[in-house]
Amino acid sequence: MVDYTYTMLIPLIPLVFFVLIGISGHKMKPIISGLIGTAGLGIAAFLSYMTAIRYFFTDHLAESGYKSLKAFEITWLHLTDKLTINLGILLDPISVMMLVVITTVSLMVHIYSLGYMKGERGFHRFFAFLSLFSFSMLGLVLATNIFQMYIFWELVGVSSFLLIGFYYEKPSAVAASKKAFIVTRFADLGFLIGILILSFNTGTFDFQLLTSPTGPAITMPGGAAFMGMSVLTWSLIFIFMGGAGKSAMFPLHIWLPDAMEGPTPVSALIHAATMVVAGVYLVARLFPVYALAAPDALTVVAWVGGISSLFAAIIACTQTDIKRVLAYSTMSQIGYMMLALGVSGYGGHDGLGFMASNFHLFTHAMFKALLFLGAGAVIHAVHSNDMKDMGGLRKYLPITHITFLIACITIAGIPPFSGFFSKDEIMVAAWHHNKILFSIEFLVAGLTAFYMFRLYYSIFWGKQTHYHHTPHEAPYLMTIPLMILALGSIFAGFLPFHALVTSDGMPFEAHIDWSIAIPSVLVGVVGITIATLMYFKVNTIPDKVANGFSYFYKWAYHKFYMDEVYMFVTKKIIFRYISEPVAWFDRHVVDATMVGLATTTEKTSHLIKGMQSGRIQQYGYVFVTGAIALVLIFVYLWGF
Amino acid sequence: MQYFLVISTLMFFIGIYGFLTRKNLITMLMSIELILNAVNINFVAFNKYLFPQNLQGHFFTLIIIAIAAAEAAVAIAIIINIYRNFRSIDVDRVDEMKF
Repeated sequence: MVDYTYTMLIPLIPLVFFVLIGISGHKMKPIISGLIGTAGLGIAAFLSYMTAIRYFFTDHLAESGYKSLKAFEITWLHLTDKLTINLGILLDPISVMMLVVITTVSLMVHIYSLGYMKGERGFHRFFAFLSLFSFSMLGLVLATNIFQMYIFWELVGVSSFLLIGFYYEKPSAVAASKKAFIVTRFADLGFLIGILILSFNTGTFDFQLLTSPTGPAITMPGGAAFMGMSVLTWSLIFIFMGGAGKSAMFPLHIWLPDAMEGPTPVSALIHAATMVVAGVYLVARLFPVYALAAPDALTVVAWVGGISSLFAAIIACTQTDIKRVLAYSTMSQIGYMMLALGVSGYGGHDGLGFMASNFHLFTHAMFKALLFLGAGAVIHAVHSNDMKDMGGLRKYLPITHITFLIACITIAGIPPFSGFFSKDEIMVAAWHHNKILFSIEFLVAGLTAFYMFRLYYSIFWGKQTHYHHTPHEAPYLMTIPLMILALGSIFAGFLPFHALVTSDGMPFEAHIDWSIAIPSVLVGVVGITIATLMYFKVNTIPDKVANGFSYFYKWAYHKFYMDEVYMFVTKKIIFRYISEPVAWFDRHVVDATMVGLATTTEKTSHLIKGMQSGRIQQYGYVFVTGAIALVLIFVYLWGF
Repeated sequence: MQYFLVISTLMFFIGIYGFLTRKNLITMLMSIELILNAVNINFVAFNKYLFPQNLQGHFFTLIIIAIAAAEAAVAIAIIINIYRNFRSIDVDRVDEMKF
């Protein structure tokens, strides 16, 4: 057994820095608090890399497959002798991989923010929240049991809320942060119900026990059935609901586009690379239970993922706010990951989808963070989010231009960039499982290439916009993270994921299946070509196409009216038929009872207050008369 | 024995009457003493005629006399304070404690 106890420092360091910056940040110079936060994250990142290298390579854990290790654990709440809630650190391939992803992206975002947020009010507050977020996210991935995960799950929700509402003077930011919080809270309700059902039936919260193939969850005899599915399946579907809320899966995605009101680095960190993949991570964490005990729940995961990715890709083609395009693209890519998990089996080569999902999570974190940070640099230069205000920026922002192009090629799935490898694995897994899902993904791959290059051309080519003041390239603090992430996007594809991160810990051989890879590359190229024709130079084709599909275009432009549907459901149905009667009941029955009690008391006291005259002799009369009356009653009526 | 009881009953009701009708606090105090003494006479009389071999009635009487003395001291102290505050010991004017 190798000692990994030091890994508990990885989440604790950001926590300490959060407290430090949060309490004394306003006394420091802003840049100092930023540097402190960045340094803390640097240490955490260093420790994570060390852990990853030791875990995967130098400690020879691979011989019998990668096992999950508990580096550290304490009992936090002692409920009964059998059921305790622990806090600890669990290391296994996916958590170690997530450590690397989170600390890398978080470190890049910290460095980038030093430049991007310069001169903003609340600079130290921003860095304190970033540290809080890093702490929560690291705690989430390292959780040893599902309850600890739930605690950190809520903490990430809070930090996301705080960071979306960072510009709290802007009403739209406040509304967006509330929306994000409420929607994800609603989904977390499902998560909690799922946890309760699952732990009630298995008697444990512990991940190692839950996911062990001989553990109580998997060997549990089906249990009572409800509506044709076992209790276990229902609990996993509820848990997936929590994951879908956090990962912005259809139909709980409505908060993600609005969450772009937050500062751009936050969007890169939370709403692209780390927090939104928590749902994927959750399903991956419980994957053996899904795959072995509840394949029905896994089918739900696959279809939700597939529908979300198609849905989001179509909307992304019509949006003009660059951050919103990226938000929908994120949702679409997470749909890919969910789908890959959904089509995966357990163990060996069947677990291809599981591996592909985590692989895509890894590469997506790199290139999507890069895209967001690049978009941040563009916004920094032209002070606008709207692509109508942009065009021809390639001369002004050379570094941003190149890195953004790399990210676009990566997400479009062109070899040899990393997106190609991970996306290809997903395609293969989907092909072997379900042809309909495969064709959805195939279509989405084309759409992805199209809308990414639409974005790219609109920003960097297209019309020559005249700017009020010449846009300038971002400072080095901002461009260096871009370059690092660009390198990551290019080379991450060569990591041997099939030997490292697999569903049962055993390495297996994976090859690129050219019969699927070539068509999917081709569809990407087609997407790019169409985008080039339409947006490379200013022309009228986009308008013609939009008019050709006018109704459909309008639908997609308005995001299929999902927000309106939600407003309708909440305002017209829930508020009118549930909340208003409840409010009426509260006001006219519950309140009325209490008010009635009070008024009755008051009236009675008005009636009888004359008896308290303050005249002793009057009291005396009453007392004596009463005493005599009692004596008479006792003597003559009851006959003592 | 009945003479004693007649006397004590008379004293008791005179005390009650005085307590309820007199406006002067001192007279009210005196009425209370009358009531107490009526009780004392009852105790002694019952002890003497019904249980001549016991002494409890006598002791009760002695205790009541002692308590009555203390009570009179307290009552007079209160009356003096009332006088200081109201410049009067008329009980009808001391009705600050109503509702």
